[in-house]
Amino acid sequence: MAPARIALIWAVLAAAICLPMALAATSPYLEWRDAIYITACFAGIVALGLLLIQPLLIAGLLPGLSAFRARRVHHWIGGALVVAIIVHVAGLWITSPPDMLDALLFRSPTLFSPFGVVAMWAIFATALLALFRRQLGLRTWRITHMSLAVVIVGGSVVHGMLIEGTMETMSKAALCALVIAATIKVTVDLWPRKKRVMRPTESS
Amino acid sequence: MTTLILNRRKLLAAGGSVLAVGASGLLLPANAQGFAATESMSGGANNYHAHKGAPIVERIGKGGFVMSGTVRRAGDGMPLSGQRIQIWAHTVEGREEDRRSHGATLTDKNGAFRLEMPQIIPIFGQPHGHLAYDSGEFKTVFLRPIMRSAKDTSLEAHFVLQPA
Repeated sequence: MAPARIALIWAVLAAAICLPMALAATSPYLEWRDAIYITACFAGIVALGLLLIQPLLIAGLLPGLSAFRARRVHHWIGGALVVAIIVHVAGLWITSPPDMLDALLFRSPTLFSPFGVVAMWAIFATALLALFRRQLGLRTWRITHMSLAVVIVGGSVVHGMLIEGTMETMSKAALCALVIAATIKVTVDLWPRKKRVMRPTESS
Repeated sequence: MTTLILNRRKLLAAGGSVLAVGASGLLLPANAQGFAATESMSGGANNYHAHKGAPIVERIGKGGFVMSGTVRRAGDGMPLSGQRIQIWAHTVEGREEDRRSHGATLTDKNGAFRLEMPQIIPIFGQPHGHLAYDSGEFKTVFLRPIMRSAKDTSLEAHFVLQPA
């Protein structure tokens, strides 16, 4: 791949993730939020950004990384996603315990809450299953992981788009569109089509 | 599959909104169907209980935003005067759980109330306020109205109360 093309891909990825964060950092609402609430908000934004990197990594679409390295980074970012979601939920819990409790118990008045909570459980389930992926078998693991990934992305995008918060609308929509596009492409490309023995290079 | 779920949820939400709009329509005097009691809204009581019985005030904080509404009796819709309504929200001056964010006011002889408070800022993804009728004579009602736009400088909420 031409160096210019490699640079372009990384630049677009960096912009898609960093621009929404930079614009959120200029939100007027921040003035009236304390450090814990702001941290919780940005943990959510970071998590949304990580959702764009994950499918690109595992499908080998990010140039300059070996398949082995990309897979390792995918695992680490998966762990980072879990941490980001815990920070997000814990920060919101501290900010307003009854509102967070309503969301977790699926009795919140806001439509976006259940989408976020479902995505959260799907992320936790994925992380837990990832620890036992060898016992699951590659095909089962892939189908389970990719199904959960679709739930995570669908839930997170709806959650994010319905929220009226610190994120700027256009950059948020662009990031969400890219996350969806990457997820669809990678899910279609990597979905196991028939029962077969995977090549050793595909095993994790 | 995700799309299906999304659509169904949206449909449910739309249905809920239609019901809510329909219910508020009942509050209009022109509607002759009688006045159905207002139900508490989901999440309406959040961050209330630590500040139950907040003092009646001229305005909350420095003001700049107007919360107003009416209090009526279920059935005949008679305006209820002298009813205490407590109001709180996440504003430019404080969080919902802060004491300074809470205040109360009384309805006038027409059953109307109006309390100035600081500008409401979106919290938990929605610009919204909280109101409570919790004085014992009628059944307790908690409302959580949502602003059409975070830039709005006023918000209304209407109570139709039934005997406790």
